[in-house]
Amino acid sequence: MRIALFATCLADTLFPAAAKATVQLLERLGHEVVFPVGQTCCGQMHINTGYQKDAVPLVRRFARTFAPYDVVVAPSGSCVGSVRHQHAMVARAAGDDRLAARADDVASRTYELSELLVDVLGVEDVGAYYPHRVTYHPTCHSLRVLRVGDKPLRLLRNVRGLDLVELPAAEQCCGFGGTFAVKNADTSTAMLADKMRHVLDTGADVCTAGDASCLMHIGGGLSRLRTGVRTVHLAEILASTESS
Amino acid sequence: MTTFLGMPATAPRGVGHLRGEEPFPAAARAALANPQLRRNLGHATATIRAKSAKVIAELPDWQELRSAGSALKAYTMAHLPELLEQLEANVSAAGGVVHWAADANEANRIVTDLVRDTGHDRVIKVKSMATQEIGLNEALEAAGIQPVETDLAELIVQLGHDKPSHILVPAIHRNRSEIREIFLREMPDVDPTLTDDPPVLAAAARRYLRETFLSTKVAVSGANFAVAETGTLAVVESEGNGRMCLTLPDTLITVMGIEKVVPAWRDLEVFLQLLPRSSTGERMNPYTSMWTGVTPGDGPQGFHLVLLDNGRSAVLADEFGRQALHCIRCSACMNVCPVYERTGGHAYGSVYPGPIGAVLSPQLTGVADNASLPYASSLCGACFDACPVKIDIPSILVHLRNEVPHPRSEAAVMAAAAYTMDRPRLYAAAQRAARLSRLAGRRGRGLPPPLNGWTVGRDLPEPPKQTFRDWWAKR
Repeated sequence: MRIALFATCLADTLFPAAAKATVQLLERLGHEVVFPVGQTCCGQMHINTGYQKDAVPLVRRFARTFAPYDVVVAPSGSCVGSVRHQHAMVARAAGDDRLAARADDVASRTYELSELLVDVLGVEDVGAYYPHRVTYHPTCHSLRVLRVGDKPLRLLRNVRGLDLVELPAAEQCCGFGGTFAVKNADTSTAMLADKMRHVLDTGADVCTAGDASCLMHIGGGLSRLRTGVRTVHLAEILASTESS
Repeated sequence: MTTFLGMPATAPRGVGHLRGEEPFPAAARAALANPQLRRNLGHATATIRAKSAKVIAELPDWQELRSAGSALKAYTMAHLPELLEQLEANVSAAGGVVHWAADANEANRIVTDLVRDTGHDRVIKVKSMATQEIGLNEALEAAGIQPVETDLAELIVQLGHDKPSHILVPAIHRNRSEIREIFLREMPDVDPTLTDDPPVLAAAARRYLRETFLSTKVAVSGANFAVAETGTLAVVESEGNGRMCLTLPDTLITVMGIEKVVPAWRDLEVFLQLLPRSSTGERMNPYTSMWTGVTPGDGPQGFHLVLLDNGRSAVLADEFGRQALHCIRCSACMNVCPVYERTGGHAYGSVYPGPIGAVLSPQLTGVADNASLPYASSLCGACFDACPVKIDIPSILVHLRNEVPHPRSEAAVMAAAAYTMDRPRLYAAAQRAARLSRLAGRRGRGLPPPLNGWTVGRDLPEPPKQTFRDWWAKR
């Protein structure tokens, strides 16, 4: 299958490993991956911070860039959540019903990585090998906006060598929330403190998730406290093999 | 001739409790530093969450009930004027008197005058959010009338000269040893050997309240529901104090937000299942009191219903934001909210805290007066899942963020970011520039304001050697 990658601005800029792993994983599974270079950002930061008007060109850019492709994938539940649940709304609010229809159309073909693998490609065992003790944090937008359910866990359970440990209070937000982490830094870090406590309680070496943003937050805290626990994007674990 | 009256008024300033003294982030900072508060809230919200989840799981048609509740509320908001007039006609026909209060000042004046007319100077109160919202207790006290709260937690708040921090459990921020101290200090004729054993504390409140119930002739209540079709008012509660207030006095005054009306008697079937399971985690609330006007020889012989607007018409005028008026005050959203769990209710500055408060308070007051509240959420979505009438709180938060006045510096940064992100070549150049400046400034591991909030408790990621798009281009 020919799959267009939406890398997301965050992974493109700060966490390229997550986007590279998505490419490597899908190519290993026999698919063709393309990266339309006109892509930038989905505009979620603008929308969720109250700047919908500024987001309109980004919504238009996303729809125009990805319209030619049958399937679009992003290594982020949050960005796909924005594409699926906010883009058309932003276009409609700006009075552009044509863009809204186009945005809805592209959104219906845009998937988060675990959705693409399980729902579209029908694979749960991607042939990965990752010999580490891992705990999985289900990010809020994967869980409650996209409803990915246990798809990421099904993928992780099939990874050879991986010791999956359950994260206590997994469904509670890590405290990132985009600009919330800056505007309400104290509350955000209080939420993070509890998330880190739960991660440490599992005894895992690695905390994984489907969103680089939440991992940046959790990883930033784990690093600050010198816990020795790493954060690794789900795509990177699924892309790992015995030879890598 | 018709007159254009402009947009409906928001809740007036200078009266009631809808506005905080400081923005949420500042108020939250103080709350976060209080270890006792954090412990009390963490324990209490986790307990209610577990209890509620258990009884909700018992109902196979829970999602259908939620949809029914949501549809009934949407219908009610679309027909509010007609339903309120129908309610007024039916309450009046049953011997009650209906008063219309445009705002907090008018409602306080109406209630104060009604109490004065009875010649009494003390009222007993059933826990009510509407009267907290308008600051009725302060207004009564200013007129020389003593209001006595009879809900145990509300009594703790009143005796402690405190403010409620939760809409269902207003003293959730207090633990039993703090309650013991408040009772010892403030409760008339309290047993000085009082312990912090919960039954002992409840018994002390019971002794104090029993005397008050039997000697007070006027009661003030709120209402959970009012049935337009029959003119029936309903109050649900757990302690029996409500039943006392609603039946023992000679005069009953009920202050009700206009959104509490429901079309028909049978609609209560839906809400009386949704409310207790979402709020206290009970299958059925212990006391459900319903009354229709006045029954000669039985219960209060004078009944007044005060219909309160106080900004609600302004909320109704916002087609999207009006969902906030669907709220049945169950508090499920605050019990699941990771922000509320850590900051408590006082940080929100309004009697309506938590996620519903963050969408309701700014709409009642106008967004400029509560501009920080729509941002008091990580948009995690737990509130939307928990809401028994399916209020899409995260989407309303995003909607309100788009309405609030933005700081000029932030707006400039956002505009520049959007400009750059709509130009891929410029964007790629900015990515490289950001990476270089980060490499240069790595030692300090700090960011300039306002981004320095990030580095308060989190490291920045190591900058990658290459952006993804550069890697792709060279592949």
